[in-house]
Amino acid sequence: MTMKLKGWALAGSVLAMSALAQAAPPSPAMLANACAGCHGTNGGSAGPTMPSLASQSKESIEVAMKKFKSGERSGSIMGRLAKGYSDAEITAMGEFFSKQKLHVTTQVVDAAKVKKGASLQESNCGRCHIEDGKEGKDDTPVMASQWLPYMQMQMADYLSGKRKMPEKMKEKVDPMSKEDLDALLHFYASVK
Amino acid sequence: MTLDRRSFLKLVGAGAGAAGLPMIGRAAELMPKGTKRVVVIGGGFGGTIAAKYIRMMDKSIEVVLIERNDHFVSCPFSNLYIGGILTDMGALTIKYDKLAANHGIKVVQAEVTAIDPAAKSVTTSKGTIAYDRLVVSPGIDFRLEEMKGYDAAAMEKMPHAWKAGPQTILLRKQLVDMKDGGTVVITVPLAPYRCPPGPYERASMVAHYLKKNKPKSKIIVLDANPDIASKAGLFRKGWKDNYEGLIDYRPAKKVTEVDAKAMAVMVEGLEEVKGDVINVIPPQRAGQIAVAAGLVGDDKNWCPVNVNTFESTKQAGIHVIGDAAIAGAMPKSGYSANSQAKICAINVVALINGKETTELSGINTCYSYITDKEAVSVAAVYTVKEGKIIAVPNSGGVSPADFSAAKIEAVYAESWLKNILTEMSS
Repeated sequence: MTMKLKGWALAGSVLAMSALAQAAPPSPAMLANACAGCHGTNGGSAGPTMPSLASQSKESIEVAMKKFKSGERSGSIMGRLAKGYSDAEITAMGEFFSKQKLHVTTQVVDAAKVKKGASLQESNCGRCHIEDGKEGKDDTPVMASQWLPYMQMQMADYLSGKRKMPEKMKEKVDPMSKEDLDALLHFYASVK
Repeated sequence: MTLDRRSFLKLVGAGAGAAGLPMIGRAAELMPKGTKRVVVIGGGFGGTIAAKYIRMMDKSIEVVLIERNDHFVSCPFSNLYIGGILTDMGALTIKYDKLAANHGIKVVQAEVTAIDPAAKSVTTSKGTIAYDRLVVSPGIDFRLEEMKGYDAAAMEKMPHAWKAGPQTILLRKQLVDMKDGGTVVITVPLAPYRCPPGPYERASMVAHYLKKNKPKSKIIVLDANPDIASKAGLFRKGWKDNYEGLIDYRPAKKVTEVDAKAMAVMVEGLEEVKGDVINVIPPQRAGQIAVAAGLVGDDKNWCPVNVNTFESTKQAGIHVIGDAAIAGAMPKSGYSANSQAKICAINVVALINGKETTELSGINTCYSYITDKEAVSVAAVYTVKEGKIIAVPNSGGVSPADFSAAKIEAVYAESWLKNILTEMSS
């Protein structure tokens, strides 16, 4: 681990010390490809309970991974895996996924909920989840085309307190009904 | 020489068509090689991904994927079919057409009969194929010489179901046909073998079926290992909470002989154990072609490789990935093969283009079902230290011992399967 931590920043000198290591330190692709078995090629997920990472901002991946690493965010195996990476490696993975195209999904959504969700998005969430959720401000995650079951599971964790909501999000979410929130998620799932 | 064979092939139309015609000397070349070609043997968790990622990174490299079947059936989740939770093998089956079309991979359905490392050529049932670099991902074959009496006929009576497909269906059928009050015997070989937690997940899935449908029955697990070889604490708790009295787990019981007629197995040739359904999981080694090509190491079973490139230390220009490879701390699992394939692909592309190689960073994630609604997992991140592949210290590990995540992990596992099979097939 120490070698790897140093390896990222001080590749030259560390490698020079080790006769065995003749290869360059893990590249962003080397690091990020390992995630794709669960999150899909280039971070485009096909599994409805695992989020797409493609086109997420570098910051949102960094924040998520660091919260998994510290245990602040619970995620079954994600906590165990995040502990295996240095901060520099997490940044490299974040950069890799931020450069991938939005992974467009085709999901079964409720048209009435999508319509209601669109209006809620505009009046409540659009300042951070910009461009209909296709982009995120700073560390705000991209929501467009994200899997509905994944988003529903995360929202349930937010509401139960298992996952901590950012203050600005809490201000908007608290006054909303469960139906409102469900409509919002249907809307995001529908954005292509 | 090459030109002659090419024009010869042109004359007769195609390689496959040429097979029936008289040959001069050696088998005909199936497809003439351009400037850069990688041949991949095996269309499983490793081979499909190696082929795809090489093409994703460098379209100037021609990639030929050779696989004997026209489809692939996943071992992961096949225990759920045996337990009756999955009722259709379709969810475990992939084809190669989309993978081939999306990435321009040339898929050849043929049996590889020989590898010539000096000539850089692979001989198949359809002709020879030249390569600049070869990736071998052959999975496993059985060390039948260590399981007396376990021949092809015995396999039909006592299925191994350790290569998913007809054997999986056969084991399921035998369980369905078994009388209530019957005994199921599962034999586990000494590690290392494909999928360390697999035998124990299988015992769990068989128990799940019997508990619901044939509650007077029992399962005897004869394990050659001194203890459960993976996720031991979790399986012990899962069995105690769900299958008390149903699973009779017996460690350090190495089965060395079977008697298919008497439906019995022999522990160390001495103690006879009879069963109504017997699932023999034999000891294993790298797939036969790896042995034939001289890729196995001193143990004669598994293939030693460079820890970053997965290039064989026995034969230059040949890379070995997946179950067949000795990959340090990385277990013989589908996800390991997936991860190794990508590591290998990056370095094959570098080597073929004369560029610097990159150090390994890999992952394994593996879920095992305990009941139809509960699963446990193991996960790790791998790195190279002092020339060895190790799990990054203070990371990875198994799910919570109190099963607090077991229900959610059963849900995540389904997405795991969906994603890994989609990666392989598109």
